[in-house]
Amino acid sequence: MSNPDGRPARTWHRPIAVWIALVVLALASLGSAYIPLRGFNTPLNLAIAGVMVILLWLFLMDLISLDALIGLIAVSGLVWLSFMFALTFSDYLSRACEAPGGGPPTFCVDQKVNRDGF
Amino acid sequence: MSDAAALREPWPDLQRQREGVTVGIWLFIASEVLFFGALFLGYTVYRTLYPEAFRIAAAETNVLYGSVNLLLLLTSSAAMTIAVDASQQEKRRTTLVCLGLTMLLGTGFLLVKGLEYSDDIAKGLFPGPHFPLQPPQTQLFWAFYWVMTGVHAIHLATGIGVVGVFAFILWRRLLPLGSPAIVGVATYWHFVDTVWIILFPLLYLVDRS
Repeated sequence: MSNPDGRPARTWHRPIAVWIALVVLALASLGSAYIPLRGFNTPLNLAIAGVMVILLWLFLMDLISLDALIGLIAVSGLVWLSFMFALTFSDYLSRACEAPGGGPPTFCVDQKVNRDGF
Repeated sequence: MSDAAALREPWPDLQRQREGVTVGIWLFIASEVLFFGALFLGYTVYRTLYPEAFRIAAAETNVLYGSVNLLLLLTSSAAMTIAVDASQQEKRRTTLVCLGLTMLLGTGFLLVKGLEYSDDIAKGLFPGPHFPLQPPQTQLFWAFYWVMTGVHAIHLATGIGVVGVFAFILWRRLLPLGSPAIVGVATYWHFVDTVWIILFPLLYLVDRS
């Protein structure tokens, strides 16, 4: 049996397999959050989330079997988003603040302890 | 019901209509990526500037509610995919059952979210006077929490409505099972799931170790 557009019909196996993979990844992300990783917890959690999104988009949203044009449209939002992040952080991460003791200005992100109010 | 019943102007055939639906929904998704991306960007900037305040604030989120909701949405996405596959194979009963299951799981998400909001409000975790946490920048985290989860909940509620209307249309046989519209409905639903996958580590897993 095939789909109306000629592609072969899928069985339930793929959605169920992807669902199991997603649940395992979700539990791995949750579990890893409680393991001290010296600041790498958030990057790891976000990396796992990224893998989950890729699985979801490729196999449940079926990007893997769609035309390249659709893939291009799907990626376009992410490309513009990356520009937005890059341009914004090129500003915030390079801002100079007065040093607390009076010395030469330093990057504001290096003074986070003071700006946090502690 | 024949494929002709599903065909709409100005498409010459169902294949072209299906491509049009797919391109249209993905263009919409790309715009939604930028909409939520602006919120993620604001969150990331303030978390970079006030990491300790965000750590203190995020410790107050309820990771159990967040995790249960993640599992509910992941399961709903699987159900939705099975519904799409079943509809294209003309399996009417499976399609309707899976669409119903998708709505049920989505509604479950909103119910759990409601319980979580109730707890949050009871703890006074709403930015403004008498906010219980210090330093003041902890309110920034909770402002993002309310806005991002609120906008997501609105998207999900919309999705439940759209799936419900579509299931009703299929149930009343107003459209054939193979209608391309279900692809658009499913893609939107999966995107709402995608947003929660990103929100989960940002709101619930901050510095838990």
